[in-house]
Amino acid sequence: MEANALGYLAAGLGAGLTVFGAALGIGKLAASAVEASARQPEAAGLIRTSMLIAAALIEGVTFFALAICIILATK
Amino acid sequence: MQKHLADTLGAAVHVAGVVDTAHASAAAHGAGNGDLFGHLLEHLHDSRELDLPFAHIELPHFASIDFFGVTVDLSITKHLVFLWLAAVLLLTAAVAAARKNAKSAVPKGIGNLVEVFLVFVRDEIVIPNMGQAGLKYMPYLLTTFFFILTMNLMGLIPYGASSTGNINVTAGLAIIAFIMIQAAAIREQGLAHYLAHLTGGVHWVLWPIMIPLEVIGHITKAFALCMRLFANMMGGHTVVVSVLGLIFLFGVVWIAPIPTFFVVAIDLLEIFVAFLQAYVFTILTSVFMGLGMQSESHGGERSKANH
Repeated sequence: MEANALGYLAAGLGAGLTVFGAALGIGKLAASAVEASARQPEAAGLIRTSMLIAAALIEGVTFFALAICIILATK
Repeated sequence: MQKHLADTLGAAVHVAGVVDTAHASAAAHGAGNGDLFGHLLEHLHDSRELDLPFAHIELPHFASIDFFGVTVDLSITKHLVFLWLAAVLLLTAAVAAARKNAKSAVPKGIGNLVEVFLVFVRDEIVIPNMGQAGLKYMPYLLTTFFFILTMNLMGLIPYGASSTGNINVTAGLAIIAFIMIQAAAIREQGLAHYLAHLTGGVHWVLWPIMIPLEVIGHITKAFALCMRLFANMMGGHTVVVSVLGLIFLFGVVWIAPIPTFFVVAIDLLEIFVAFLQAYVFTILTSVFMGLGMQSESHGGERSKANH
């Protein structure tokens, strides 16, 4: 296989794995956040804020990988 | 229902715009699919022309300036025009809201709308993370929030483009955020304590390891802010353009409703993402500022170890 084809393959595989990792992380985060809100409804606001911050940080890392995949696919 | 209609119309105008230009390019080059992809991507990238309905504006080119070996091209592009447009829009709305609010104690109209967001930013973002001392940074955080929100939303109107989909714009925003985070930390603690925090309270033998690590940590946080906003906005618009391009890939007209409805749904998600990304940028900036502003009084080393 030539380098171009390998590059496209790598970009596709990389994007898929990135989404897999991000969805796993954010899924666990959301599960524990919802469970904690169910246990203590008064803290739901604080929990929601922490959940959003953590989800944003996880997604930020995802987008690094995504940007690398885009660079691979377009070069 | 009305919003659904309006969104469908918006998407249809989007499609109409793409159809016009795609037909022109197909007629001109006898294009195949490769040219279609490249042409669709032009809607996402920065360009030197403004494509308005029934008007095509060529933006002025300025010659590149050579700046100590770095070539700087300061010509006006589409994203720059939309940045200015967002700034003008925001200024108008903010001045109108301030005037409305100055007249009476009870806010009405646009003053009321702006006050909702303002109170939200103050009570949910600034005070929990930075305490009362954070109130002097409110103007900067409010500007960040509203500016990013406006720029994101401008990408959703037909013939619009979101300037935050350009990495240079988000890099500029992240650089300003980085400067503000350091400035807040220095102002609250003084330069000596700020430098002391960089060491993290370890034994002086470990300083050569700790200080570069801390500096890289700070830079990474700012870089992450930049990449997050850019990739969110770019990714959303790329999906929309790609799904609309499916229509041209199939080449038959009757398939057009399916991608159009899908794009309408994704556009609704995009509206949510626009608000969310503005909120996330603002809250992360305020969290980092708050981390820098913590004084040594209540277990400074312990709270640093927590992040």
